[in-house]
Amino acid sequence: MSEPSITTILSTLQRTKSAILGCLVAVVLQSFLTASADAADDYRTVTVADPYLEMRTGAGIGYPIFHVVDRGDTVDIIMQRTDWYLVRTDNDKEGWVNRKQMEQTMLADGSQLDFGDLSLEDMTNSKWELGVLAGDFGGANIVSLYGGYALNPNVSLEVWGSQILGNFSNGWMGSINVVHEAFPEWRVSPFFTLGAGLIHTMPKSTIIQGEDRTDQVGHVGAGFRVYATRRFLLRAEYKSYVVFTSRDENEEVEEWKVGFAFFF
Amino acid sequence: MESRFRVLFLIVVVFGLPGCAATKNLFGFGRDEAPPPSSEPAGQVVDPQVERREIKEPKIDREDFEIGPYVGILSIEDFGSNVVYGARLAYHMTEGFFVEGTVGSSEGGLTSFEVLSGGARLITDSERQLTYYNLSLGYNILPGEVFIGEGRAFNTNVYLIAGLGSTRFAGDDRFSVNVGAGYRFLLTDSVALHLDFRDHLFDIDLLGEEKTVHNLEAHLGFTLFF
Repeated sequence: MSEPSITTILSTLQRTKSAILGCLVAVVLQSFLTASADAADDYRTVTVADPYLEMRTGAGIGYPIFHVVDRGDTVDIIMQRTDWYLVRTDNDKEGWVNRKQMEQTMLADGSQLDFGDLSLEDMTNSKWELGVLAGDFGGANIVSLYGGYALNPNVSLEVWGSQILGNFSNGWMGSINVVHEAFPEWRVSPFFTLGAGLIHTMPKSTIIQGEDRTDQVGHVGAGFRVYATRRFLLRAEYKSYVVFTSRDENEEVEEWKVGFAFFF
Repeated sequence: MESRFRVLFLIVVVFGLPGCAATKNLFGFGRDEAPPPSSEPAGQVVDPQVERREIKEPKIDREDFEIGPYVGILSIEDFGSNVVYGARLAYHMTEGFFVEGTVGSSEGGLTSFEVLSGGARLITDSERQLTYYNLSLGYNILPGEVFIGEGRAFNTNVYLIAGLGSTRFAGDDRFSVNVGAGYRFLLTDSVALHLDFRDHLFDIDLLGEEKTVHNLEAHLGFTLFF
């Protein structure tokens, strides 16, 4: 007697599950469709102010020019990828135009559209920064991810997460830093940093003795931030760590890292 | 005599100029006549009731990110070849350079020793699971177009890529380096197919002495730009 009722419960459950899944798919699909429908008509329209505007078949300097738009004609900007703009002419031709040429176009009121070419000044004044660095941590390899928030152009706070991969042990480290830049407006800007955090060490499985341990760390360091291009910067730094172990002596570890970051 | 000529000249000038003026519009050059004055009664001032419209300019859609899954074959040195599943997220910095993060997962098989010895196992089944993450820098070295038939052209890129990351295999996280090359085939301006070949290198001391192993991967994937 009990068997049929179990199957009924199961099938009801399954039906509910599939109904929920169906609803979810429908909602996701709908949001995608409405998003694309909204986007369909909303394009920036600019007028060609140079003698002509060259349209290429791809977003790169080597792609052939297949169409030329005359001065006074308008184009819609469909999207942007790196320094290239996909535009559509009045007679529905689509092609890629370089930013240098797009800067020679005008809006309907005669003003120029700001194509947002970022510069060193934007790096100096940016609030947020996200980056990846890798290097050497006392003989082991280290890969780090960090996020920074600038309190003002000179002082910023950073949160770091690192994975340490050594020959005898692996580990994780998290830390909070204060970074001071004396000359934030320089293209190559030196900085000093001070911070503290936690390090978790796990001996490798091929090592017989040893157990996991977590210690506090403190560090000082110095380095350079170099403005590269657009919203990118390169970063190189040295940090000297003191690991406050539970043994009698503290460990000292030197770290060298290079990497890149972007600001926004 | 002189004064008589002067008088004659003046007469020609005085009578000739209006004549020229009269014929001015005869041949179509010269200014058009001014339009007749409007018949609106004077004194009525039109009060413009037009409010300034707030025009919200649409933002330009930026599509520098690329995301998508992939599937392929990963050959794990000493542990045979197996299917690898993964996902990539890339950011295009310039038309040449891009940064890419990947995560992937595969499984190692039995080593020759394990097969021949019968029952002996070097590592447990859960340790055979291989997962990796990589952060890489790529460069589009050969951008181009391919033509399918007469009326279709697709943009493509051959790229070189190298990076570093971590691989978890045989019970440990291992620092790993990857190098390779790939082929990006843009189906539309926002959808691409990828064919990618990578070598994942890491050090392992599982079979006695430490050695650097090469783990070759070939995968096929698709990505969406956003």
